Amino acid sequence: MARKLLLKDIDVPGIRSFDVYRKQGGYASVEKALKTMTPDQVIDEVKKSGLRGRGGAGFPTGMKWSFLDRRSDKPRYLICNADESEPGTFKDRYLMEYIPHSLIEGMIVSSYALGAKTSYIYMRGEFRWIFPILEQAIEEARAAGFLGNNILGTGYSLELYVHPGAGAYICGEETAQIESLEGKRGNPRNKPPFPAVVGLYGCPSVVNNVESIAAVPHILTMGGDEYSKIGVGKSTGTKLISASGHINKPGVYEIELGLPVEEFIYSDEYCGGIWKGRKMKAVIAGGSSVPILPANLILKTAKGEPRLMSYESLADGGFQTGTMLGSGGFIVMDETTCIVRNLWTFARFYHHESCGQCSPCREGTGWMEKVLHRLEHGHGHMHDIDLLVNVAKNIEGNTICPLGDAAAWPVASAIRHFREEFEYHVKHPEKVKDRKHFEKEPFVSEKKLTVAETV
Amino acid sequence: MEFLEGALALMEIRLGSIKKNIDGMLKVTIDGIETEVAEGTTILQAARKIGGEIVPPAMCYYSTLKNSGGKCRACLVKVAAGSAKDPRPMPKLVPSCITGVQDGMVVENITNPAVLEARKGVVEFLLLNHPLDCPICDQAGECDLQNFAYEHGMANTRYEEDRRKFEPHEIGDKIKLHMTRCILCYRCTYVADQITDNRVHGILNRGDKAEISTYIEKAIENDFSGNMIDVCPVGALTDKTFRFKSRVWFTKPLDAHRDCPKCSGKVVLWTKGNDVLRVTGRKDQYGEVKEFICNECRYEHKDMNDWVVEGPRHIERSSVIAQNHYERIDLQKLKQDVERQLKFQEGKRLNESNNIPS
Amino acid sequence: MTGPIKFSDASMALVQKIIRRYPEGRQKSALLPILHLAQAEFGGWLSPDTMDYVASILHLKPIEVYEVASFYSMYNLRPVGKCLLEVCRTGPCGIRGADDIVEYLENKLGIRDGETTPDGMFTLKTVECLASCGTAPMMQVGDHYLEDLTCEKLDGILENLQNAHQKK
Repeated sequence: MARKLLLKDIDVPGIRSFDVYRKQGGYASVEKALKTMTPDQVIDEVKKSGLRGRGGAGFPTGMKWSFLDRRSDKPRYLICNADESEPGTFKDRYLMEYIPHSLIEGMIVSSYALGAKTSYIYMRGEFRWIFPILEQAIEEARAAGFLGNNILGTGYSLELYVHPGAGAYICGEETAQIESLEGKRGNPRNKPPFPAVVGLYGCPSVVNNVESIAAVPHILTMGGDEYSKIGVGKSTGTKLISASGHINKPGVYEIELGLPVEEFIYSDEYCGGIWKGRKMKAVIAGGSSVPILPANLILKTAKGEPRLMSYESLADGGFQTGTMLGSGGFIVMDETTCIVRNLWTFARFYHHESCGQCSPCREGTGWMEKVLHRLEHGHGHMHDIDLLVNVAKNIEGNTICPLGDAAAWPVASAIRHFREEFEYHVKHPEKVKDRKHFEKEPFVSEKKLTVAETV
Repeated sequence: MEFLEGALALMEIRLGSIKKNIDGMLKVTIDGIETEVAEGTTILQAARKIGGEIVPPAMCYYSTLKNSGGKCRACLVKVAAGSAKDPRPMPKLVPSCITGVQDGMVVENITNPAVLEARKGVVEFLLLNHPLDCPICDQAGECDLQNFAYEHGMANTRYEEDRRKFEPHEIGDKIKLHMTRCILCYRCTYVADQITDNRVHGILNRGDKAEISTYIEKAIENDFSGNMIDVCPVGALTDKTFRFKSRVWFTKPLDAHRDCPKCSGKVVLWTKGNDVLRVTGRKDQYGEVKEFICNECRYEHKDMNDWVVEGPRHIERSSVIAQNHYERIDLQKLKQDVERQLKFQEGKRLNESNNIPS
Repeated sequence: MTGPIKFSDASMALVQKIIRRYPEGRQKSALLPILHLAQAEFGGWLSPDTMDYVASILHLKPIEVYEVASFYSMYNLRPVGKCLLEVCRTGPCGIRGADDIVEYLENKLGIRDGETTPDGMFTLKTVECLASCGTAPMMQVGDHYLEDLTCEKLDGILENLQNAHQKK
């Protein structure tokens, strides 16, 4: 049985309430940190643990914390990024809905480590029913003396508030989130300067994902070194994977990093295999922004080694034959899926969510959506395929924020691995007029199938 | 992606105390030409100090408007070496209008093919939804986008889809808004915030549906609002009092001034014979007005007698307006121009001899 | 709307509480939560008058409020029906039948995406990923997510919603 940290107590009745959570050992890390450790020692433990940002970028959390500008005497802010909008990802919602106190506890120790007196949880506005859950949890923690003035008599004070978003994926980007918190349009800022120096209200700030913050209490309780023993290589600890798509058991699973992908997809402990007895066609392993991989490449790297659920293994092969762990939004597609249609829905998503500041993303996302729309509905031309690759290349790296890259990578990877399917849409427009075209008759490559491609 | 940004953060923080030359100036090399600038100077400003072809184009940056820049991505350059202390290159192309110079920085602009490709891409994106209005657009001849596309763009268009449209809105009897032409540089909002006393327009909606608008139809009339016409790089905001009166290259621009209690009073009169067709602020060689003018000077004084005329305005030779324009040559400036061009050619040759790809 | 726009006393108290969450002078940060409150209290949408009212409470220029309200997709700038059906249509929901759900609702209600039924009861709106991919296809109605939808369930759902509103 794999080790569980974040979801260990998920099935304990009443775990949402402070009393039950405390009885299970909750808030012990707050006592340990505030009473026996200095903020720097907390940061050191997080560094030792090797925790990497669980929101998608995978940047080492301890290192990010150490960038905070210490020389400034402006107030510091910790902002929890609960604006979960990456398609395929729903783990933060699960955590906040069922074990809200794990986030509150994480916020307290993380704010202490950073020296923040006021911290905000920026939660997407659509999670309307979770607001009262979190606010209740905050009140319970305050009543028990874990929030507010002079927590546990240690002299440290913290105010924690929940701030709603209002429907913008771009506000998941840290600088756009800060702009939104300031009450403005969610336009990302150019970096440098980084939020660690100039953040919320011009003060040093850190933005961390819900899961990253929820992991900190566990790191403090067991010690950073112990935490780093879980996992493999530079992918330490456990990760919540949001599994969805054409599998038998979609849902949120906590895995130890390093779990073989094949086991994750087929074992009954996790996804339970492909539904309806079908075959797997493709997988997007880390939320819609990461490259899509065909079935053979998701189970094994190009070198033939089994792929593991870890940052390094999934990225093996670069974007030629690999992908990224990203946010862990694991979307599985069976043989009846039309890759072109699926890509079109993602292109439409990025087009809808672009903030519109910089020209490559603003115009490019719209262009890609329109071309894909034509391709999917039977009005595409052969040159459209190379056009898409070129437009994606012109967007990538030239934008203010990573949304441009996130829009470009799926297009480039889908065409790289499934070009034949795009060509099919151009050659047989009458066959793709029905939107369920591959459900009636799965797409079969016109080339001979090699042994490695059958699963 | 964030990992790379983290590396940048490390660089920025370690370079917190820059080792400067004794006189406090920073050395920067752009396309092989070296210059020294004060701390806080951006790469674009340093390039403008050098002048000539190595100056990156800028569609949204405006030196006299705070917070402008960083959006259009036209000025992207390659930083081949971050500084003398940390000579690693920066992983992505950076916008030169907002990236500060570090001592010993090496920048590649037109000597780097990737930069030129990126620029072509940006031209294409800006022209994607831009209507083909040049034949009827007042901005023709002094349009930043025309110049940008001419110098850095592709000769053909690949876009076959429909272009986005907007409902036309009136914003008063002085300024005409053609939202389809707008490239969302945000300069007009900065003018409203920083130069006038009230902002009634802004950016509504998101993505490529973003539009400049007052939301509820309102006139933009507060004093100094006419400067939006001068800062707009394209024909989205044009002077209604000049609309369709003449092509800009058939007019004769004259430097002039008057005693104005509200502004500097220094303007350019665009004339035909003895008629003043329009009045604008004085744009420098990069199209930037340094001293903004009030609405009264711009709209209410279309009589030559209201002004003290100083003489024909100097127009850059590269501008279309110079075609019909005669002025006395400033030999000193010409000498400087030639020297600078020779220096650039020298730098290019040096690059080639060092096997640095040009 | 009849009468001037004004928050109830209870709402105004909540508004003041929200403003106090942010540092002195930074009340603009309260704009997003207060716009949500205003939308809920004043008919489910933000009219120009509503937005002007919010601007006056927070000492902002009206254009600052218009800009923000039009940026975020949760703020309705046009009137909506009593029940706003927001169906997710992004990738993971798409591959589990979201298109069928939208098509069924369009036919059943006789409206297209973005429109309201003539009796003002239902507005259909397709939205982007709602972070419920594991229980796809799904839609949001008011505060709640209705998950694991099938076309068969939809008739019952619509009926329940209709009844709940008629009781009010």
